[in-house]
Amino acid sequence: MAERITRDDVAHVAKLARLRLDGAELDTFTAQLANVLGHAEDIAALDIDDVAPTAHPLPLKNVLRADVVGRTLDRDEVLAEAPDAESCQFRVPPILGEEP
Amino acid sequence: MSRSGGDGTGLVVSGSTGDAWELVIGLEVHCELATATKLFCACPNRFGDEPNTNVCPVCLGLPGSLPVLNKAAVELALRIGRALGCTVRPGVFARKNYFYPDMPKDYQISQYDQPTNVDGWLGLPDGSRVGIERAHIEEDTGKNTHAGDTGRIHGSDYSLIDYNRAGVPLVEIVGRPDIATGDQAKAFVSELRKILLATGASDAKMEEGSLRVDANVSVRRPGAGLGTRCEIKNLNSLRSLGRAIDHEARRQIELIEAGDRVTQQTRHWDEEGGCTRPGRSKEEAEDYRYFQEPDLVPLAPSAEWVKDIDEALPTLPAKRRSALGAAAGMADTHAGVVIAVDRDLDALGLAAIQAGGDPARVLTHIEHNLAVEGADALEPEKLADLVKLELEGKLTATQAKVVLAEMVATGTAPAEIAAARGFEAMATSALEATVDEVIGSEQAEWDELVRAPEDDKRIKKLNGFFTGKIMKASRGQADGKAVNALLVQRRSAARVERGLD
Amino acid sequence: MAPGAAGTAVSLAAAVRAGDLSATEVLEAHLASIEEREGEVHAFNLVVTEQARARASQIDDAVSAGNDPGPLAGVPVALKDNMCTRGIPTTCSSRILEGWHPPYDATVVTRLAEAGAVVVGKTNLDEFAMGSSTENSAFGPTRNPADPTRVPGGSSGGSAAAVAAGFVPIALGSDTGGSIRQPAALCGVVGAKPTYGAVSRYGLVAFASSLDQIGPFARTVADAAAVLDVISGHDPADSTSIPQDALDLASHLDAGVEGLRIGVVTELMGDGIAPDVRARVGEAADALERAGASVDEASVPAVTYGLSAYYLIAPAEASSNLARYDGVRYGLRADGATTGEMMEATRTAGFGDEVKRRIMLGTYALSAGYYDAYYGKALKVRTLIIADFAAAYDSHDLLLSPTSPTTAFALGDKVDDPLLMYMNDVCTIPSNLSGQPAISVPFGTGSDGLPVGVQVLAPALGETVMFRAAAVIEDAAP
Ligand SMILES: [Zn+2]
Repeated sequence: MAERITRDDVAHVAKLARLRLDGAELDTFTAQLANVLGHAEDIAALDIDDVAPTAHPLPLKNVLRADVVGRTLDRDEVLAEAPDAESCQFRVPPILGEEP
Repeated sequence: MSRSGGDGTGLVVSGSTGDAWELVIGLEVHCELATATKLFCACPNRFGDEPNTNVCPVCLGLPGSLPVLNKAAVELALRIGRALGCTVRPGVFARKNYFYPDMPKDYQISQYDQPTNVDGWLGLPDGSRVGIERAHIEEDTGKNTHAGDTGRIHGSDYSLIDYNRAGVPLVEIVGRPDIATGDQAKAFVSELRKILLATGASDAKMEEGSLRVDANVSVRRPGAGLGTRCEIKNLNSLRSLGRAIDHEARRQIELIEAGDRVTQQTRHWDEEGGCTRPGRSKEEAEDYRYFQEPDLVPLAPSAEWVKDIDEALPTLPAKRRSALGAAAGMADTHAGVVIAVDRDLDALGLAAIQAGGDPARVLTHIEHNLAVEGADALEPEKLADLVKLELEGKLTATQAKVVLAEMVATGTAPAEIAAARGFEAMATSALEATVDEVIGSEQAEWDELVRAPEDDKRIKKLNGFFTGKIMKASRGQADGKAVNALLVQRRSAARVERGLD
Repeated sequence: MAPGAAGTAVSLAAAVRAGDLSATEVLEAHLASIEEREGEVHAFNLVVTEQARARASQIDDAVSAGNDPGPLAGVPVALKDNMCTRGIPTTCSSRILEGWHPPYDATVVTRLAEAGAVVVGKTNLDEFAMGSSTENSAFGPTRNPADPTRVPGGSSGGSAAAVAAGFVPIALGSDTGGSIRQPAALCGVVGAKPTYGAVSRYGLVAFASSLDQIGPFARTVADAAAVLDVISGHDPADSTSIPQDALDLASHLDAGVEGLRIGVVTELMGDGIAPDVRARVGEAADALERAGASVDEASVPAVTYGLSAYYLIAPAEASSNLARYDGVRYGLRADGATTGEMMEATRTAGFGDEVKRRIMLGTYALSAGYYDAYYGKALKVRTLIIADFAAAYDSHDLLLSPTSPTTAFALGDKVDDPLLMYMNDVCTIPSNLSGQPAISVPFGTGSDGLPVGVQVLAPALGETVMFRAAAVIEDAAP
C-alpha cells in the first residue's frame, strides 16, 4: 500500500488541480486527507487482484448519434457569459506553457 | 552530412567524423474526420466559419452537458483502421486531464488504453512497410490566437479563443518507429493522405490543419539501442516534414559527437529559420490522470459492422499499383505506375492495356499527356487504338499528342481525328524525296554541314535548320526521328563521297 | 399554512386539471408559506416569483381553454440549484458559478414543464453537491424545518427542507452517495434515488458522473412516484440513459407486499447505527411482515467497504468534472498575469474548502503512482459490492436498512471533521456504487423527537416493487 499522503504530495496535487494553498491550509488539508486515506486502508489491504474493475454500473454499449446538424447557441448569448471577450472570441491573459 | 547512396538503410554519415548514424523516426498523424457534425454534439464540423458560431453546451463544456458519440465519426475511424489493416477492438473512451484554455472541459476525451484500431501497417510505394500501432478516436481542441503588440507567443499581451474546432472528430494514427529517412517519412504521409482521401475519411489538408503530423526523431549508431527522441511539431507541409527531420537528425548527431546528450523534449519546426527550436517549457510535469470517461459507454463495433466497412472500402492505392503493375508487366514502384494511381488514372490505364494498348505507351500518355481535366472520362479502348496507330507508324508522337488532346475534349475516335486533321505518318519514300528536295534547294548550308567536323557546334544548329525546313515542307506530317535519321544517313554518304571520311 | 397548499402533488394536480383550484391559487398559497418561513429555513438560493406566476397563469389559461396541462398541472416544484434552467441562474451554491445563466434547460426541467409543473425556485445545496449537511454552501446553511438548530442533511438539504416546510409539495434533488435519501430522512420526507440511467442527467451539473442520479422529494410515496413517472424514460442527450420508456409507478402503488421476500441488511444494522434508528427499522420490518412479506436478515458483506470506495471514486470523477471551472468561458474570473495564474486564482477564490478537499483527494487518487492503490482498488470494490448485492437478491426481492445512522445533528457539529461527516453516507453509498434504486421513507422519530428514515433497496429497475413496499411502510408509520 502507498504511504499516507504527505504535505509535499498535497502541494503537488494542489498544483495539478490549479489550487493555491497557503501554509496553514496545506497543514490542515494534509491532516484531513491523510485521515480519509487512512480510512481507505481497509480496501487497500484487500487481496482482490483477480477482481475485474467496474468503472460504470450500466452494461450499455454502442450508444451512437446520427450525424445530423442541430441547433447551435446564439453567439451573443454565449459571449455575454464570458468574463472577458474581444472580436467575438474569449479573451484570456497570455498563455505560458504549451499544449501537450 | 551526406546521405549514403540509395541503399535504403537510412544510414547517414556525419560530416565531421565520418561516422555512420541511423535515424529512427515514428510519426503521429492527427486527421480531422469529414463528418457533418462534431464528435460528441450536433454542431457543424466546418472550417473557416465566423468564430464561436459552431458551438453548443456540449462543445463549450458548459456545466451539465453530456457527450453523445457521432456514428459517422466511428464509421470513418473504422474505415481508416481497416484501410491500414488494423484489428478493430472494443474501445473505451478516457479522459486526459490537463488545463488548457482552448479545451473547454479542461480534459480531452480520447481513447487511451483501449483504442478502437490496433496493429496495422501502411505499405509505401517503395515497397517498404511501416507498422501502425493504433488509430484512435479523440476530440479536437479550440484555437488560440495570440494577440497584442509583438504578435509573438512570448511577448503577447493576451490570447483569443475560438471554440468552433473544439470537439471536431479526430483520428490519431500512431505509426511505429519503422521509418529511417525524411523521404520515407514524406512518402508515409503522402500515402496515408491518399488513403484518407480514397476512403472519404478526411479532406487531409496539411495547410488547413485537417492533417497534422508530429515526428518523433532519434539517432543511433548502427546496431546500438534506441537514442533519446525529440518530438517535432508544427510541420505544415511535406516539405517541412522532410527538412525538419533532416535538420533534427543533424542536430542530434552533432550534439552527441560533441559529447553532449539529447534531451527528450518537444521541438517546433521553424520553416523560415530552417531549424527546430525547443518548445516552451511546461508549467508542471505531465500527469494526465487518465480514467474511463463515465459519460460515455464502451464502443464495441460488431463483426457485421466491420464486415460492411471492409466491403465498402475502395481499392487502396497500394493494391491499385500492384494491379496496374501486374497488367503492365512492370514493378509496382515504376514511376509510370505510381503516377497513374496518384492521378486516379490507373483504371483507364489498366483497361487500355487490357484492350491491347502497349503498356509503356499507355503509361507514357498518362504520365505526360493526361494531367488534364476530363482525362478520367477517356474511353480506354480509344486510348488503346491511339497507341496502336502510333506503333503501326500511322501517327507520329507529336501527332498522337494532338489527337489525344482532342479525344479528351470531344470523345472522338483517334482514327477519325487523325483523318480530319490530315495526319498520316509519311511513307519513307515520300519522306526521302522531301529530304533530298530540301537538301537540293539549300546547297550552301548543306555543304557547310557535310564539311563540319563531328564535334563542331554548327552541326546541331544546321541539323535543326534542315529539320525545320523538312517539317515545313511536309506540313508537319514527317516524323522527327525519321527525318533526323535520314539527315545523318545522307551526310555520312556525302562525306564518304567527298573523301572526308 | 394557507388553504390549498396543504394538498399532495397528486391531489393538487387533480384539482387544477378539474378546474376546482387554479394553478395561481395553488402557487400563491405556496409563495405565502415561503414568505412566512424561508427567512428561518433558507431552503432557496433563488425564488422565481414572477416566472412562476406567469407559468401558473399559462396553466390556468390552458385549463380554461379545455386543454390538459399534464399530470403535474399547477404543482409547484423546487429544483436543486445544480440543475440547469435556461436564463435562470444556476449556482451549485458555489461562488465560482455566481452570475451564470445557463443557455439551456436540463432534461428533467423540460419534462416537468411538459407535465404542467410550476418551478418556484432553486434550492440550496452543499457546494457542487459535496456534503451531507448543506453547510458547505457559499450562500449559508439551510436549517432543518423540524428543528432549526439542526442540519437538514445534504447535499440536497434545500430541496428536502422546502418540501418538509411545505414550501412546495415536490422537489428534485440529486443523489451521488445519498444526497436525496439522507436529507429526506433527516427532514422527515420521502426521497428516492432511481436506478442509474433511469432519469436523464443532461443538464445536471456533474459531481461524480458514474454515481449521480436525479430523484424526487415529496411528502408522500405517491407524490414521489408521480414525479418519477414524469421525469424518467430514455433521453438521447444522455449516453448513459437506459433505453426504455418512463417508469409507471403510480398505478402499482397499492399492490402491497404480500409474498415478497425482504431482507434487513445485517452489515447496516451494526454499532455504527444509533439504537433508536435501528429500532425504527425493526418496526418497519415488522410492519412489512404484517402486510404479508417474509422478512429475514440478508448479508451484503462488501457494503462495509462502500465508504472507502466511494470516497475515492466520487472525488476522482469530481476532480475531472470540476476542472472546467477555470475562469475562461463563464462564471467567476479572478485576476492573474497569465492564463495559468488566472485559472489558479479563480479556482482558489471560487471553490470552498470541501470542494477543494475532494478535488485534491480525487487528483491524488488518479495521479501517477497512486492510481492502482486507490482508484483502481476502489473500482474492484465496486465489483464486489455489485456481486454481493446480486447474491442477496437471489433470495430477496428487496432489502431494508436505515437511511442515515442518526437523526439530524446540530449545525456545526461535524464541519471540522470531514471523515466524521462522510460516515453519514454509509447506508446510502452502496446503492450509488451498484447503480441500484433506493428510497427513504419517514418512519417515526428518534429519541430526540426528530424524524427517522427507513431505506428500501431494490435491484436495478426494481422501482415498482420498491415503491409498493415504501407505500406499505408509509401507511404503517407511527
Ligand atoms: Zn457543439
